[in-house]
Amino acid sequence: MGKVWVVAEQRDGNLKKVTFEMVTLARQIGGEVEGVVIGKDVKGLAQALGEYGVGKVFVADHPDLEQYTTAKYTRVLADLINKEKPEAVLIANSAQGRDFAPRAAQRVGAGQISDITGYENGLFIRPIYAGKAYTKVGAKSYPLIVTVRPNVFPAAEKVGGQAVVEEVAVSFSPEDLKAIVKEVIRQVSGRPELTEADIIVSGGRGMKGPENFKLLEDLADVLGAAVGASRAAVDSGWREHRYQVGQTGKTVSPSLYIAVGISGAIQHLAGMGSSKVIVAINKDPEANIFKVADYGIVGDLFEIVPLLTEEFKKLLKS
Amino acid sequence: MKLVVLLKQTFDTEAKIVLKEGKIDDSGVTLIINPYDEFAVEEALRIKEKLGQGEVVVVSAGSDRAQEALRQALAMGADRAVLVKTDGLTLDESVTAQVLAKALEQMEYDLILTGWRAIDDSSAQVGVRVAELLGLPQINLVTKLEVEAGKITGYREIEGGTEVVEVPLPALITAQRGLNEPRYPSMKGIMQAKKKELKVLNAAELGATVEPKVEIKETFLPAGKQAGKIFEGEPAEVVAKLVKALREEAKVI
Repeated sequence: MGKVWVVAEQRDGNLKKVTFEMVTLARQIGGEVEGVVIGKDVKGLAQALGEYGVGKVFVADHPDLEQYTTAKYTRVLADLINKEKPEAVLIANSAQGRDFAPRAAQRVGAGQISDITGYENGLFIRPIYAGKAYTKVGAKSYPLIVTVRPNVFPAAEKVGGQAVVEEVAVSFSPEDLKAIVKEVIRQVSGRPELTEADIIVSGGRGMKGPENFKLLEDLADVLGAAVGASRAAVDSGWREHRYQVGQTGKTVSPSLYIAVGISGAIQHLAGMGSSKVIVAINKDPEANIFKVADYGIVGDLFEIVPLLTEEFKKLLKS
Repeated sequence: MKLVVLLKQTFDTEAKIVLKEGKIDDSGVTLIINPYDEFAVEEALRIKEKLGQGEVVVVSAGSDRAQEALRQALAMGADRAVLVKTDGLTLDESVTAQVLAKALEQMEYDLILTGWRAIDDSSAQVGVRVAELLGLPQINLVTKLEVEAGKITGYREIEGGTEVVEVPLPALITAQRGLNEPRYPSMKGIMQAKKKELKVLNAAELGATVEPKVEIKETFLPAGKQAGKIFEGEPAEVVAKLVKALREEAKVI
């Protein structure tokens, strides 16, 4: 294996955890691990990568790169790939990564393996049908682009070290600057993003109404968790679409998934089945969700959830 | 306005996945329009209705069976359909994108719409690759779309928020859940769909020449889970047991 690149995922000048998860994967793949940082005023991030053992980091630092657009990021990455010829390029499977990775892949004539959750003997493992099945996929040509699901690989440890930083000359054609980001509307829940959260508390039809999600929000806030919802809850208009977990919503892999009042329709299970530990709280002992749950409580969620919030509060305070 | 929708036929979301000789078995499975592509069809129809003019063409790359999905889109209100048959080709995302791009090169379009991913392989690549092949700007994961003269504004879902992006036409957008609620075809729509044009092309004849760049080596089902632990008893008691187990046994808290 030649050079394996980790394209850093940064937001507001901070490296996201998935960047270090990709460093772990890059080491598993083998070869020389190099980093790519794209943005404005991001030179400092190159050194941060160095501390995690990345030997060389390409930095594309340009005022026009402050605001992400598909065309600008594609230009930078595709030009760099064509020049440096890495063998594999790892990109986070995030809103950004999944937006520009296929475009860069197409431009450099590369194959892409998307949303991978494992690596074994040169093959990448990825869920299909939202986790109802898996495939092992290999490259037939190089370079290869790989987008990596957050929260799956362990983050690399700090090993100390200094990266050799290579600044990348950035220039855009008028074509690259056609898209205009008019506004970025921030959601201010203060909770982590579903796809990045380590713990998720989700509610379904059993919540009986939008007002009762307050119970789940209280529990989530004690745990620093995100709040998800089943399709039934979203279709009832209780939660926004962006919070839906399932085959037609978000596919998530947190360490802990707490399913509250969710029966466990197959399309929901597909979206959260790869969670490391699943807890189900449901009044119906026959509910499908108990078939995938590691721990279950059969009971009234309106009684159980507040008690659970209190119990966690006590535990986490001590 | 010329609107083109790229759609894929997929398994129904409730379908169980069964392997036969190491491959996914599609016999007896209900097939539907990929739900994300259905949002794209609906959006195209709404744009046409709002503007009071235009044409909606639905295009799919696949086998003969995909005609059902195209007929469904025609029944929803699309004007005509094109099936590009890919029988005999070894497909990956780059091949499929090239096949579709070749078909699109022979068509007129102001706006191309498709789902951001298909619920089967979920690679989320083909739409974006087509945009690159045709040199079109893209807006991905759109949950709200505004069409103006010569340009569009898409509300694009990102982590922790929404990006509002404007691009000039022609362009390609990918639909995310939340964009709209697709209509059900009316009886009249279903009757009319039978008379609408459904053109069948062959990928080979379009001159799609790329070789696949990735290859599926193995397909497998996830290992079944062992039965979990169910806590029973008084609420306060079971909650305490659960929290203890999560901390000491599962070590996730």
